[in-house]
Amino acid sequence: MVRGMAILLLLQFVGEVISRALEVPIPGNVIGMGLLLGALGLGWVKLEWVQEAADLLLAHFALFFVPAGVGVMVYFDLIAKEWLAISVAMVVSTFAVMAVTGWTEAWLEKRGRGHVE
Amino acid sequence: MWSELLQNPLFGIGLTLLAYALAQKVYQRTGSILFNPVFTSIVSIILLLLLLEIPYANYVKGGQYILFLLGPAVVALAVPLYTRRQEILSKKGPILVGIAAGAVTSIVTATGLAWLLGASTDVVLSLAPKSVTTPIAIGIVEKIGGIAPLTAAIVVLTGCLGAICGPEFCRLIGVRDPAAMGLAIGTASHGIGTARMLEVDRLGGAVAGLAIGLNGLMTALLLPFLVGLFR
Repeated sequence: MVRGMAILLLLQFVGEVISRALEVPIPGNVIGMGLLLGALGLGWVKLEWVQEAADLLLAHFALFFVPAGVGVMVYFDLIAKEWLAISVAMVVSTFAVMAVTGWTEAWLEKRGRGHVE
Repeated sequence: MWSELLQNPLFGIGLTLLAYALAQKVYQRTGSILFNPVFTSIVSIILLLLLLEIPYANYVKGGQYILFLLGPAVVALAVPLYTRRQEILSKKGPILVGIAAGAVTSIVTATGLAWLLGASTDVVLSLAPKSVTTPIAIGIVEKIGGIAPLTAAIVVLTGCLGAICGPEFCRLIGVRDPAAMGLAIGTASHGIGTARMLEVDRLGGAVAGLAIGLNGLMTALLLPFLVGLFR
């Protein structure tokens, strides 16, 4: 558990360093996810080293967003000024993205299966 | 005495954990998606702070410790991706094209609708990266121009929307395959949607996690270019 947590934090840190050094707009934790995936694939990190810590964190993934969400209260005034345009654009666009992404993936997969197998 | 205690990080940490535990209980009891635990915890904490006139700065002294754990949790998303790598690799084409289609749809519909409804240019630009995870979205808005705090708020609200009704909406429109559903929800509503997807299906959650990173990358590359076309 402690070893797993240490590995996750270390890779996040390396990710932060890469993100800053290369000035890419990708945050360190997302780069860290890629690094861990690579390390697992190459066998540098064994799955059982990180499994327990990862399972614990992923089981409570939603909790970690709560403080960021509470931060919305600071920007109420900003949202209130053009609330109608913001809410309509946000809601319709979110559903549109889900539909387009989901349909595209499902359609391509179905088509691919028909050709290959 | 109270004001001193409110300065203590234990206040923000305790309040967040308590609100979340209660929200989960309510969600389990009612079984209603309207009581999504992230959303109800956020709303109840905001209401409590406003009622007791406690500034956000006091809350975030403790809240930041909980937010900190988001970092290693995102790294941990590599674990389900690795354990389900065969299934995911076999769908790599559809996954990549699906995310790209979603990234373009998000930019075009969000900015287009806001513009049609007469929003100011600042607001239109702030909406453009709405489906991208917060740190990437902030980076993009700083580059294209827009109001970074407004983007942060819109991103969180977009996440909550996808978490509350994403799986139900996907089933309604016939997207039932867990990988396709995870991809749709991860692309549309980043981490907060992914959190809900992890509860629905483990493979779907892993694919949603992948979509956070790839949609962020694609939008970060595409958006400054698209904005340049209109200038």
